[in-house]
Amino acid sequence: MYSFEFEKPSTIADAVTALEGEEAQALGGGQTLIPTLKQRLAAPSSLVSLNGIAEMKGVCVEDDGSLAIGGATTHATVAREAAGNYPALAALAGQIGDPAVRNRGTIGGSLANNDPAACYPAGALGSGATIITNARQISADDFFEGMFTTALDEGEIITSVRFPVPQAASYQKFLQPASRFALVGVYLARFADGVRVAVTGASEDGVFRWSEAEEALNKEFRGDALMGLRINPANMIGDLHGSKEYRAHLVGVMTKRAVEACV
Amino acid sequence: MTQVSMTVNGKPVSGDVEGRTLLSSFLRDHLSLTGTHVGCDTAQCGACVVHVDGEAVKSCNMLALEADGSEVGTIEGQANSDGSLNTIQQAFQDHHGLQCGFCTPGMVMSAAALLKENPRPTEAEVRKYLEGNLCRCTGYHNIVKAIMAASGQNVSSIAAE
Repeated sequence: MYSFEFEKPSTIADAVTALEGEEAQALGGGQTLIPTLKQRLAAPSSLVSLNGIAEMKGVCVEDDGSLAIGGATTHATVAREAAGNYPALAALAGQIGDPAVRNRGTIGGSLANNDPAACYPAGALGSGATIITNARQISADDFFEGMFTTALDEGEIITSVRFPVPQAASYQKFLQPASRFALVGVYLARFADGVRVAVTGASEDGVFRWSEAEEALNKEFRGDALMGLRINPANMIGDLHGSKEYRAHLVGVMTKRAVEACV
Repeated sequence: MTQVSMTVNGKPVSGDVEGRTLLSSFLRDHLSLTGTHVGCDTAQCGACVVHVDGEAVKSCNMLALEADGSEVGTIEGQANSDGSLNTIQQAFQDHHGLQCGFCTPGMVMSAAALLKENPRPTEAEVRKYLEGNLCRCTGYHNIVKAIMAASGQNVSSIAAE
């Protein structure tokens, strides 16, 4: 790692101030950022840890029944504390990485990084979540802007994420067992006003909604409604773990499994 | 350099570290607690697992300064106060839960974290929990058996696979 200063503020306001410094970088759980720094792929002058900010931690139920999760909440905490109110999201959190990674990695860090194969972007987009920062509220539909790219400005911090709780939901992850990311993951959520299907791991543009599947499932909510629907392999990720065609095929398979888990 | 202070295996310790000093480096190089192994240094193998405030973490993937003020537990703190092996360590010896032994500190620390949250895990739950701990000798079978035995379960019927 290149050398950097380390700061650990205890309030959001202090963190925002610390991040105004030139080449300052926010540090969530560090489960991606620290390996990146070790590879010398980033050289921040200072790292601002968000792990000392008590108001950014924890899971709570809002008055409207939605779930608010602090940006610095670990995957292990979400897996445990969201299980009662939003089991599909808790199950997603419990499938990230391995137990030791889940004890450090945070929801805000995962969303801000927007790895094209990460689980949380699918959970947030599939749920129609709202990403709340120190400055504004961003709907998940506007937040993800492509591989490793989000609507966040420099120095903007995800302070919490608000998830509306659907009638039924399921996350189906086809595990890439070496990286523990999704080779393909599909998050499906069924709300009173419609179905949302979000796909991670598959596209070169990062997480996306499969609108054709949503339309078909809004007409008829059963696995066979997806018969004949195909994802165009052209924009899929192709690598040594799976070709573009294989990933495109998996999107259909995992979506069908998600529907069947919800009926 | 910044001063970091924490409690390691019940003893207060402190030292001067850089921002980039990893918890694993602090334990090994500053405190000479070399029982915590660094296998891959990419947070995949789990040989460096320690407990921070009771939770298993990969110490090669956490900055020492992030553990400031924390209670840290390492393999050196696992034995009983009279120096004898604790239940998990003894089970690893009894069931030959190690071959070269390199992954063992991380395996024991992960096992301790598992049994704290799930005192009588099934074999499948043990295997699932160890997903982040790699054994290059591929000695998983006896590791799983040792952890099942340490949880007080009868392991005589667990056949080799």
